[in-house]
Amino acid sequence: MTVESTAARKPRRSSKRTAGAGAKKTAAEPELVQLLTPEGERVEHPDYDVDLSAEELRGLYRDMVLTRRFDAEATALQRQGELGLWASLLGQEAAQIGSGRALRDDDYVFPTYREHGVAWCRGVDPTNLLGMFRGVNHGGWDPNSNNFHLYTIVIGSQTLHATGYAMGVAKDGADSAVVAYFGDGASSQGDVAEAFTFSAVYNAPVVFFCQNNQWAISEPTEKQMRVPLYQRAQGFGFPGVRVDGNDVLACLAVTKAALARARRGEGPTLVEAFTYRMGAHTTSDDPTKYRADEEREAWEAKDPILRLRAYLENAGHADAAFFEELETESETLGKRVREAVRAMPDPEPMAIFDHIYADGHALVDEERAQFAAYQASFSDGEGN
Amino acid sequence: MAVQKLPIAKAINESLRKAMETDPKVLIMGEDVGKLGGVFRVTDGLFKDFGEDRVIDTPLAESGIVGTAIGLALRGYRPVVEIQFDGFVFPAYDQIVTQLAKMHARALGKIKLPVVVRIPYGGGIGAVEHHSESPEALFAHVAGLKVVSPSNASDAYWMMQQAIQSDDPIIFFEPKRRYWDKGEVDTDAIPGALHKARTVRDGSDLTLVAYGPMVKVCLEAAAAAQEEGKSIEVVDLRSMSPIDFDAVQASVERTRRLVVVHEAPVFYGAGAEIAARITERCFYHLEAPVLRVGGYHAPYPPARLEEEYLPGLDRVLDAVDRSLAY
Repeated sequence: MTVESTAARKPRRSSKRTAGAGAKKTAAEPELVQLLTPEGERVEHPDYDVDLSAEELRGLYRDMVLTRRFDAEATALQRQGELGLWASLLGQEAAQIGSGRALRDDDYVFPTYREHGVAWCRGVDPTNLLGMFRGVNHGGWDPNSNNFHLYTIVIGSQTLHATGYAMGVAKDGADSAVVAYFGDGASSQGDVAEAFTFSAVYNAPVVFFCQNNQWAISEPTEKQMRVPLYQRAQGFGFPGVRVDGNDVLACLAVTKAALARARRGEGPTLVEAFTYRMGAHTTSDDPTKYRADEEREAWEAKDPILRLRAYLENAGHADAAFFEELETESETLGKRVREAVRAMPDPEPMAIFDHIYADGHALVDEERAQFAAYQASFSDGEGN
Repeated sequence: MAVQKLPIAKAINESLRKAMETDPKVLIMGEDVGKLGGVFRVTDGLFKDFGEDRVIDTPLAESGIVGTAIGLALRGYRPVVEIQFDGFVFPAYDQIVTQLAKMHARALGKIKLPVVVRIPYGGGIGAVEHHSESPEALFAHVAGLKVVSPSNASDAYWMMQQAIQSDDPIIFFEPKRRYWDKGEVDTDAIPGALHKARTVRDGSDLTLVAYGPMVKVCLEAAAAAQEEGKSIEVVDLRSMSPIDFDAVQASVERTRRLVVVHEAPVFYGAGAEIAARITERCFYHLEAPVLRVGGYHAPYPPARLEEEYLPGLDRVLDAVDRSLAY
């Protein structure tokens, strides 16, 4: 099964990819939907296409560069002790910006904890993402202000929330869609399988966007699956498609098509963005202990940002001034993030008792009062 | 008619019906809740009258039931999900504990999770494994959840109304062996607060605290003790999180003795919490240590042994005697 797209309404030319579509594939490797080769060459795909203006292409590039800059800043802040942990998206910018820019404002996103680029596309201030990593809250933003749910740390849980939300969208008769982000490791979780089942059974308008970044901490995909991930969808009765996750145009096209399908009431789609996490799973692990340097080097040659830059330059869509301006903007963002993190206040101790219940709870009230009295006992001693 | 005599299962059914009529956002979800009306028929007739959009037969996946209910709640619905039996809740335990309980706090109060998880619980019906357990302490221990259990038809009706109206996630334990016990339900009454305990029998010599299926046993024990000249007060806790300690304390300050009775294993159970708190609050009032009667630290036994395992009249009266002997 394939996903319908606007391009698919044109007569099909060939089921084979056009020439110049990238590296040779072995029989075991499924075809990727690709619109931009690692060398930055624009190629065609029979089922998917995007038609973007030069300005829109520059916009995608800007999104990816700024997201990478934000991510680098966060990693540095962790190394400086300003953040307790950071989950870097380095290498996954195209998957996130491509899918994120496919969304409408009224769509709803359920992320895992690495979707900084998607958050960027949703208009969530990046500094809001740092609170939980700094340890001042467990999320903190209002999910409904940007239709971007809180980060979910338990692997795969959010795919069910997305499915339920999408069931609600369908009940409301709305034509918006929902996207659940998760990783290759999460695909092993029962919740993900249950989300596939529920979404198929209720024909929920949800797109499952799996960023297969090849590693679940130190576990390679061979420890998660024996068949290509996207093929799993077929067993649940909905289409799955593998897209070059380092190709922002392909990610945009494929996600748009999957969203359009959901909006038409045709149910879920599984998108597997085949990509690579260039850094560590989080700043707590050390990828040099479990993977070869050559592997990262091979993927660096497929870098999502470099390939779009090559295309922009070769096609004359961006000039030197654009890249210089972006560099300045990038530095400004880094500085803003740095300053915002350092200025982030520790929460008040009494916040421990805030928002546990919407309607209150006698035990919480009692313990809050005890804690307040205990705290006050120190200031009384000092002050009087 | 405002006052009806209904079995507990029917009282819950009427309560769900009223909630669905009142608020179009209320949904029923679970395994077999539709055409069958649930294995205990608690949702009987709702599918016919409200349709499959609101009474949703689900795949057989408990984590999926609760996880999608969370998503529906985030979209503005008020799902009431049925877990078919107590021992089947554990596949959903992760969603309940790591997601449902915490999401409101994680969003700093910006979102609400009005989900009711109905669980028919407890033994005494001769069922097979995983159909007779009392896991309420596992939920009461988790901040963000509220845990309640009615013991009679009127409470079943009203507490369900209140649980559905609450913006907090509520684990609603239904005493399945009392489903067929009838009681008066006044649908025009003004109900007491959801988390307030109620003294269901006055007495002066000792307080028995129970909830759900054990309230009836305690009332029977109190009646039997009366024949021996002992005056036993019975407090129906109704809510295990929060617990109305003030009501228990007030009773114990009068009677000076407390025995807590529940079906769940005594070890780390609700009785332990009550004993500790009441000892703290009433140390100088107590004439005897707080005693507990409940299940053993053993898997729930096969049906032919459950009468030995479950607290019955004799075990409660034995504890009463031990307390009074101090």
